[in-house]
Amino acid sequence: MANFWIDWLAPFLIIVAQILAVALPVAVSVAFVVYFERKVFAAMTLRRGPNVVGPWGVLQSFADFIKIFFKETIIPTGANKVVFLAAPVVTFILAFIAWAVVPFAPGWVIADINVGILYLFAVSSLGVYGIVMAGWASNSRYPFLGALRSAAQMVSYEVSMGFVIVTVLLVVGSLNLSDIVKAQETFWFALPLFPMFIIFFISALAETNRHPFDLPEAESELVAGYQVEYSAIAFVLFFLAEYANMILMSAMTAILFLGGWLPPFDIAPFTWVPGPIWFILKIVFLLFVFVWVRATFPRYRYDQLMRLGWKVFLPFSLLWVVLTAGVLVFFDLLPQG
Amino acid sequence: MILSAIAFYVFAAIIIASAVLVVSARNPVHSVFFLILAFFNAAGIFVLAGAEFLAMILVIVYVGAVAVLFMFVVMMLDINFVRLREGFLQYLPVGALVGIILLIELVFIVTTQVNVPEVLAISGAPTPNISEVTNTHALGRLIYTRYIYLFQAGGLILLVAMIGAIVLTLRERPGVRKQRISDQVGRSRSDSIEIKKVSPGNGI
Repeated sequence: MANFWIDWLAPFLIIVAQILAVALPVAVSVAFVVYFERKVFAAMTLRRGPNVVGPWGVLQSFADFIKIFFKETIIPTGANKVVFLAAPVVTFILAFIAWAVVPFAPGWVIADINVGILYLFAVSSLGVYGIVMAGWASNSRYPFLGALRSAAQMVSYEVSMGFVIVTVLLVVGSLNLSDIVKAQETFWFALPLFPMFIIFFISALAETNRHPFDLPEAESELVAGYQVEYSAIAFVLFFLAEYANMILMSAMTAILFLGGWLPPFDIAPFTWVPGPIWFILKIVFLLFVFVWVRATFPRYRYDQLMRLGWKVFLPFSLLWVVLTAGVLVFFDLLPQG
Repeated sequence: MILSAIAFYVFAAIIIASAVLVVSARNPVHSVFFLILAFFNAAGIFVLAGAEFLAMILVIVYVGAVAVLFMFVVMMLDINFVRLREGFLQYLPVGALVGIILLIELVFIVTTQVNVPEVLAISGAPTPNISEVTNTHALGRLIYTRYIYLFQAGGLILLVAMIGAIVLTLRERPGVRKQRISDQVGRSRSDSIEIKKVSPGNGI
């Protein structure tokens, strides 16, 4: 019987504890990211933002959550009920399972798998299903249009994102996320691969359906796109997932290009700050850029979005893959693996 | 060991069940969902077999891209569910024939590998030891050395298919106004603005 405890139950409980240790802070940080976004956006448009609930309004998100939690969930009569209710759940789960492979510091990762970056890419490419399911199951015009836009948009931008990841992999020689961070000890990849960093970040905006690429829910054309028919807790799941995806994409950008948990310079005052703090600071910086972009740029038109993805990013990133590989082979810099 | 056996049977059972539902579901969109479920569980079996690269590629390519486009098309179809079932008996013999041929071939492959072990020796390059290299590296070494010509030929076939699809669907439509970004950027002040002096009371 003792074996049962040591061999089965203890590892199981440790895994559950690890999952909670990552998922709960992410879920709570979503509330603060919403507050952060509203405050920054307000400052950029010369407003005050939330300032009533709690000191400086920090508790605004929690108040909103409690309020919406007690609302009634309305399911349209024409909706396909199972798919309609499954869609927000799928979106929410996908936003959180990706965190299993994100390394916060050396060894601080739930599953240090060989193909970590492919896993992240796979999970982020699945995000489209939640939206498409929601749009189709609502059995209504605006959600359906939003879902169709979303499907086309996310598939298009995944292609250039894939090529950006390939350039990073060429330099690292490993698909493991911890190895990718360790390879940036001398310099961050944002320096030699700067154009790819920009392309990756813009693709991340499109992949998370954020401004200026928020066409699936463009409120001036589609009311709220795929979210039109959702209310109460189902809507909250979509909302949480959107912000969790923003944090995830920021984390992915930080790992691929900004050196993850590594300090900017390997000298005294910078090395005093522990790795996870650096990682969180980089994520916060990227989230700030997400909000900054939202406050600055008008929404793309649909055909311009497609043109940017297929006619600008795709050829450019393909060219950069060839260029990177050529440089690495010519100067004999290829990683040995 | 027993855990992975249980996991295998769970994945396999779900694959078979969802594959049956793909063909038997009334609504084509539900069929696509079940197809996605089958892909997922196939990826799970790949992970169990230690082929995590293939598992991730299966999810990225098939679930993340191909099935999305499937769904994109299926959702926009205007389908009459009654008409859809009409030809069922008519197509049954052909479908059954294809299915039986595939089944026989599968059984044939498996039984030759078991009964005639020499086949395994000539069937391909030896698998490298999993404990020495990750399977991503192992695959890369084989694909880009021994099988490079086959790999490139596969790529060419896909390229031809893609160009064929574009040629088939591309048509020139007269009277469509498209945005030409290079023209817009290339416009100068002198092309678009003309400043005239208007003397009072005369107009232009």
